[in-house]
Amino acid sequence: MSTIQETVAKTDAAAVDAPPKKSMALGRTTSLVMLVALLIVPLFVKNFVIFQLTMLLIYGIAVLALNILTGGSGQFSLGQSAFYAIGAYAAAILIEIGNVNYVLTLPIAGIICFAVGFLFGFPALRLSGVYLALATFALAVAMPQLLKLGVFEPWTGGVQGLVVTKPDAPFGLPISQDMWLYYFTLVVALVIYIASVNLLRSRSGRAMMAIRDNEIAASAMGVDISMYKTLAFGVSAGITGVAGALGAIAVQFVAPDSYTFQLAIALFLGMVVGGVGWLPGSLAGAAFIVFVPNIAEGISKGLSGAFFGVLLFLVIYLVPHGARQGAIYAETLLHKLRRS
Amino acid sequence: MDLLVNQVLAGIATGAIYACMALAIVMIFQAIDHLNFAQGEMAMFSTFIAWQLMQWGVPYWWAFILTLIISFAAGVIIERVLFKPLAKAPVLTNVAGFIALFAIINSVAGLIWDFTIKQFPTPFGSSPFMGSQLISTHQAGMIGVTLVLLILLFLFFRFTRIGLAMRAAATLPESARLVGINTGWMIALGWGMATAIGAIAGILIAPVVFLEPNMMGGVLLYGFAAAVLGGLSSPLGAVIGGFLVGIFENLVGTYIPGVGNELKLPIALALIVIVLVVKPTGLMGRTVVKRV
Repeated sequence: MSTIQETVAKTDAAAVDAPPKKSMALGRTTSLVMLVALLIVPLFVKNFVIFQLTMLLIYGIAVLALNILTGGSGQFSLGQSAFYAIGAYAAAILIEIGNVNYVLTLPIAGIICFAVGFLFGFPALRLSGVYLALATFALAVAMPQLLKLGVFEPWTGGVQGLVVTKPDAPFGLPISQDMWLYYFTLVVALVIYIASVNLLRSRSGRAMMAIRDNEIAASAMGVDISMYKTLAFGVSAGITGVAGALGAIAVQFVAPDSYTFQLAIALFLGMVVGGVGWLPGSLAGAAFIVFVPNIAEGISKGLSGAFFGVLLFLVIYLVPHGARQGAIYAETLLHKLRRS
Repeated sequence: MDLLVNQVLAGIATGAIYACMALAIVMIFQAIDHLNFAQGEMAMFSTFIAWQLMQWGVPYWWAFILTLIISFAAGVIIERVLFKPLAKAPVLTNVAGFIALFAIINSVAGLIWDFTIKQFPTPFGSSPFMGSQLISTHQAGMIGVTLVLLILLFLFFRFTRIGLAMRAAATLPESARLVGINTGWMIALGWGMATAIGAIAGILIAPVVFLEPNMMGGVLLYGFAAAVLGGLSSPLGAVIGGFLVGIFENLVGTYIPGVGNELKLPIALALIVIVLVVKPTGLMGRTVVKRV
């Protein structure tokens, strides 16, 4: 009796809505326009805005990482803030205590997070969507306390955190620290973006998407499910770690309470707003999480959480594909205009 | 020896709270197959409502009952308005919904009641229980209330028509619908009951952890650990898991040096991961068979 009961009761909904048959990247012209805009804008704005734009790119990278995981392989993570924190701390400790050059800390942070993500993902990936969300949720909630641990205090600075010195522009370039950091971040973001687009177009990327769309069919076709799932998790964690390292350098400060579950919510929100599975949307999502809290705090202090939540509900009800839906709409509109 | 008994009893007392949270989580999980990440925040909000009522001069037990009624109604409304439309949506959308609810409730509670820590009264007092030094009256009260709640729930599900209908709707929704059960309302009822149970957990634990918008973070995590340990598909398992997790937490804190309050959350994380790896179905859960 029990077997019948369960096979009937559990009709599995797909984990993620499969994106429509659109490429996961932008067309060439649009990409170039975006790139030029990203290159030129900082020349005309104040230093604080440049800092915000840097954070925009950094969150963009973090959202992109989550997008590879969720949009690419159909798994959830509510624990991205934990990997972001590990990356940030790795960079801060290397720079301040190890005296390592800040450029070198990025790959190291990435590798550390990849390893942590891979190891954490390994057991967690035997689990279906909800359980993975649960395990990563626990990781995100527990992370600040782990960072505060007395044992690590000589390195992490405990509750107080660490101050990170901001790098100067190299080769005596006559630009401010903020602007140099912006262009540095832009280069890193571009490299990661191109690598991610290529990853999803490769054999591994197709395998991940096959798992996302139908796990059983994918395994029947010989895709090593746990391998690719763990790989996606590790890659996502690694990229998030790089973003975290950049974030630590840009903010010049790491402390356990900067990396709470709220950050994981923000990154998750960024992905949903940007459109799950649409990589350029990550930038739109990041813009959302950088600028919206400022607006919300302007209305009333402490309101940003509620604002985030309400907007998240609006997005999942009204535009379930996020910014991608907007982009597709704009594209069809352009086509129509050209024809008429 | 006294220390051991003392710690076990204290563990059972906090375990009672975890059991309530786990029960609330499992009730919603059974109804809609999703984990309610906002359960802790919902319980926190209910506790604030109780506190507010008491500030207005309502006596404790009246405030308690009123809070339960309000929470029940709120749970039903949240299900009807926010989550019913998502019933057929992908898992991601549902997770996003719960996360959104989490953020909204946390932020609104902070907005209304501030992030300062508040005292919450206990009706049981904190003197030693029946002359014994092993357990305080509040802890005994926590255990007592939880046990009464469990017995009531058991009677409800075992002996009432509507309890039977709820069980039917949870195990076999299609067939339940065929025999005339309104499964949609059964789900809403499940939400209402889960919210009310969460409110009880919040009100009982508030004197211990103090009242503030982030007070349920740790409790929720332990509730999840308990639910996973007991098996997400078994309410009885969730309760047993709750007590076990409570005892485990206290014993680890007492006997392993260096593991104090500051490792509270990582322990819950480790528990969740270990259970999910070693026995994903938990102690009493059913194995889920997927149709190919």
